[in-house]
Amino acid sequence: MNPYRRSPLIIASTILVFFFLYAPIVVLILFSFNASRISPLFTGVIAKFGPYRLVNENVIQSPCGPFHWFCDLSKNTEVLSAARNTLIVAFTATIVSTVIGTMAALALQRYYFWLRTFSQISLYIPIVIPEVVMGITILVMFSQLFSYLNASLHLVGDAQLSLGLWTVILAHISFMIPFVTLVVQARLQGLDKSYEEAAMDLGANELTTFRRVTFPMILPGVMAGALLAFTLSIDDFIITFFTNGPGSATLPIYVFGLLRRVITPQLNALSTVWILIVLFAVFLTQRLESRQR
Amino acid sequence: MLKRLRENKSAQGTLLIVPTLIFMIGMLIIPLLLTLVVSFGQRGADGGVIYTFSLNNYIRLVGFTTDCPPGVKTCFTSLYMEILWRSLVLGFNTTVLDILLAFPLAYFIARAHPRWRNTLMFLVLVPMWTNFVIRVYAWMMILREQGVINSLLGWFAGLVHVPFKPLGMIYTPGAVLVGMIYEFLPFMILPIYTSLEKIDNSLYEAAADLGASPFRTFLRVTLPLSMPGVVAGTILVFVPVMGTFIVSDLLGGSQVILIGNLIENQFLSARDPAFGSAVSLVLMALTIIVTYFYTRKFGFGEEIVA
Amino acid sequence: MSEFAIELRDVVKNFITPEGNELAAVNHVTMQIKNGEFFSMLGSSGCGKTTTLRMIAGFEWPTEGEVYIEGDAQGHKPPFLRPVNTVFQSYALFQHMTVFQNVAFGLEMEGASKDDIKKRVGESLEMVQLTGMDRRYPKQLSGGQQQRVALARSLVKRPKVLLLDEPLGALDLKLRKEMQLELKSLQKEVGITFVYVTHDQGEALTMSDRIAVMSHGKVLQMGLAVEIYERPVNRFVADFIGESNFMDGKVKSVKKDQAVVYVAVWEQELTGVITSKVNVGDEVAVSIRPEKIRLSEQAEPQVNGVEGVVVDSVYIGSDTHLYLDVRGKRIKVWEQNRVSTLDLRAYYQNGQKVRLNLMPENTLVLPKD
Repeated sequence: MNPYRRSPLIIASTILVFFFLYAPIVVLILFSFNASRISPLFTGVIAKFGPYRLVNENVIQSPCGPFHWFCDLSKNTEVLSAARNTLIVAFTATIVSTVIGTMAALALQRYYFWLRTFSQISLYIPIVIPEVVMGITILVMFSQLFSYLNASLHLVGDAQLSLGLWTVILAHISFMIPFVTLVVQARLQGLDKSYEEAAMDLGANELTTFRRVTFPMILPGVMAGALLAFTLSIDDFIITFFTNGPGSATLPIYVFGLLRRVITPQLNALSTVWILIVLFAVFLTQRLESRQR
Repeated sequence: MLKRLRENKSAQGTLLIVPTLIFMIGMLIIPLLLTLVVSFGQRGADGGVIYTFSLNNYIRLVGFTTDCPPGVKTCFTSLYMEILWRSLVLGFNTTVLDILLAFPLAYFIARAHPRWRNTLMFLVLVPMWTNFVIRVYAWMMILREQGVINSLLGWFAGLVHVPFKPLGMIYTPGAVLVGMIYEFLPFMILPIYTSLEKIDNSLYEAAADLGASPFRTFLRVTLPLSMPGVVAGTILVFVPVMGTFIVSDLLGGSQVILIGNLIENQFLSARDPAFGSAVSLVLMALTIIVTYFYTRKFGFGEEIVA
Repeated sequence: MSEFAIELRDVVKNFITPEGNELAAVNHVTMQIKNGEFFSMLGSSGCGKTTTLRMIAGFEWPTEGEVYIEGDAQGHKPPFLRPVNTVFQSYALFQHMTVFQNVAFGLEMEGASKDDIKKRVGESLEMVQLTGMDRRYPKQLSGGQQQRVALARSLVKRPKVLLLDEPLGALDLKLRKEMQLELKSLQKEVGITFVYVTHDQGEALTMSDRIAVMSHGKVLQMGLAVEIYERPVNRFVADFIGESNFMDGKVKSVKKDQAVVYVAVWEQELTGVITSKVNVGDEVAVSIRPEKIRLSEQAEPQVNGVEGVVVDSVYIGSDTHLYLDVRGKRIKVWEQNRVSTLDLRAYYQNGQKVRLNLMPENTLVLPKD
């Protein structure tokens, strides 16, 4: 009996579900080449290269040809600014949360200390509660804090404390730390204590042991945690939504704003570019991982 | 002094955890406590908060309000309870349907040839790595009155000369359900797959050897062993569904209001942070209670870490 | 220079169990380990031998008592300040370093020069017969080779004492036996003190000069291999090392180093030697090793003699293991096959009646605990 043969019912459902998963994405990418500017019908790909010409809301000619909407996108300063913000937040928050999270993982895995249970519980909370709640509570705190400080310190105009990129970064760090800690802890759990004992037995003190033995061995876990954090940050909507201010919009926020206003194939182009970047990044990571093995 | 530190293991641990504690206390505990305080307050001028101690907001949630037709002092409106109920039902439906969709897929991949498993799993995860908002937009494109489905149906109807009226799919509870199912499906597939993958092939062979039909094998062997994954997946789906407002906003319009929408509304449009805080805390309490009893009954799925 | 390489004085180590109780893993242990000897701590899991070893190494600190290395009290000194090195059960080779880097690690910590390191690592690898492997990674080596790298890594530092925590546990039988002899000869060659922990009594007997048998955190008996085997101090030790036939008995009389014991199951008195103090009236265990029982066809005028019937026999090759029914009690007897013959009549048959002869010096009278 071939253990890999499945019943037709299962195979059919699998194909259906895969179709379900990918159809929207395919539609998205397809329509980024749509000639029509507004119509949801696919009126064809922009064939001709040449100066921009619009006929009946159909772009029949464009300097970029079929990639018209992508060119349009590259001229969109709002998108570029949002993209830049997204990256700034992601990189900063990832670095900080990875360092702090790794320290926390070490602390929880190796030591017994007074606030241990409290720390463990508080690290689980962001994972268990809905993001809305976390976003709201942080917003409440910041808004109350700001109005109090602005009033009591008599700050006006530009000097006033308000929501901005820095509040987003702080919020991101806070919800990323538990995830990093979880991942690194899992890695630490599998790490045999005897490596570190061997290092100390051979003459290395605590710091040297960590530097030469422990850290290289948990590095894959730390990297995985950092990657997870980075992904969470780039994709985050809800928490960013409640903690950002004017001028500090990230890409997801920008897209959401657009969706409520005007929809053009430019959005599809943005989506396609995003998907491609993500795919490329994942491909890179897989390559790196397999190389390390 | 270093020597003292070396001896005191507890102090070392404390030192390492301090930055984490600063963030957890400052950005989690304090905000939660502050929100709690605010929830007992009242709506102030200009969207601010008047700090008092009043249970008004909570009472309002349950349905008793002073905002009544003239002549009546307090009346009952089930508005908020309806929202709560609607959100719970949506959460439940999404979870169940996601399980039904995820299971066959996860099963197929888990029992596929090892060489293909990683590739297949990778294919499952690609949509998940795509941004959340973008995926909702995709469904907007598909379900709109002039969206893909309607256009295709219209074009087809034109071919066979049948009169066609576009289906009103978007801005309905159905659309929101579809959107939710789609968004969170990968989060259900992953844990279930992890559980199923752990089942050694020899268990299926043993069951067959002992006379179990494929169906009974599924019931008595596969299903119980997949439970940790199902539990983990349920938590990963149910909690966010209760809290998301994007899907209901974009696919449901003003027709479908969930708790998430209510909260967003209070803070942005209605400018009543006190009430919004109360609703948020109720939501949090609800999710914690459901999660607690659920994991109590079914065990905590370690597959969440995957 | 102290008289002893390692000394433990009334050492106690307590742990808190997950349930919150206090457990004495090491319960008032005192031992002296001589310079240049191969010393083994022998016992089953949980007896405290590994914990004791770890306290010598510095991975644990005693709750009470003191550990002395070369006469110096160690107190709360961390491992990297102690002149001892450990070979771990799991080898603990640094996976991200090559063999050379692994062995060189300890020398790097000492601050040795590059040339010095190169020379000494080369010597160390040669000593364990792994020359040429220095660029390999631990993953690429077999279990036996990894074990030898772990050895080289510790020995290269020329410690006063080498601590070995069940290093041969992961190897297959044949390799293990080979390594036992290799370790023994290595120890003689290098001349340093080895402190060895194992649960395998055969291993301990093969390699050690002296053995400490441990159970439940206490040292039951400490001495030469022959002392432990031939004169175990109580029933537990006798049972742990080698094979024994045990019978319950009651002491009837004691004279110098001999005692007369009444064995209820045979309704007979036996004379045997005592290893620890017993009193008249004590309930004791009589222990007779299977290889020490002589069988004969007829009755001989001996002090201890009893009749039995062969129930089963297992031909091992060099020996025959016989299982007898002696008045209702099952007794094991190992007989060497001294004559090579295919004549089946030369071997004991099932149902054959035999007489067991038990010399007093082979009959041990032991306290029950």
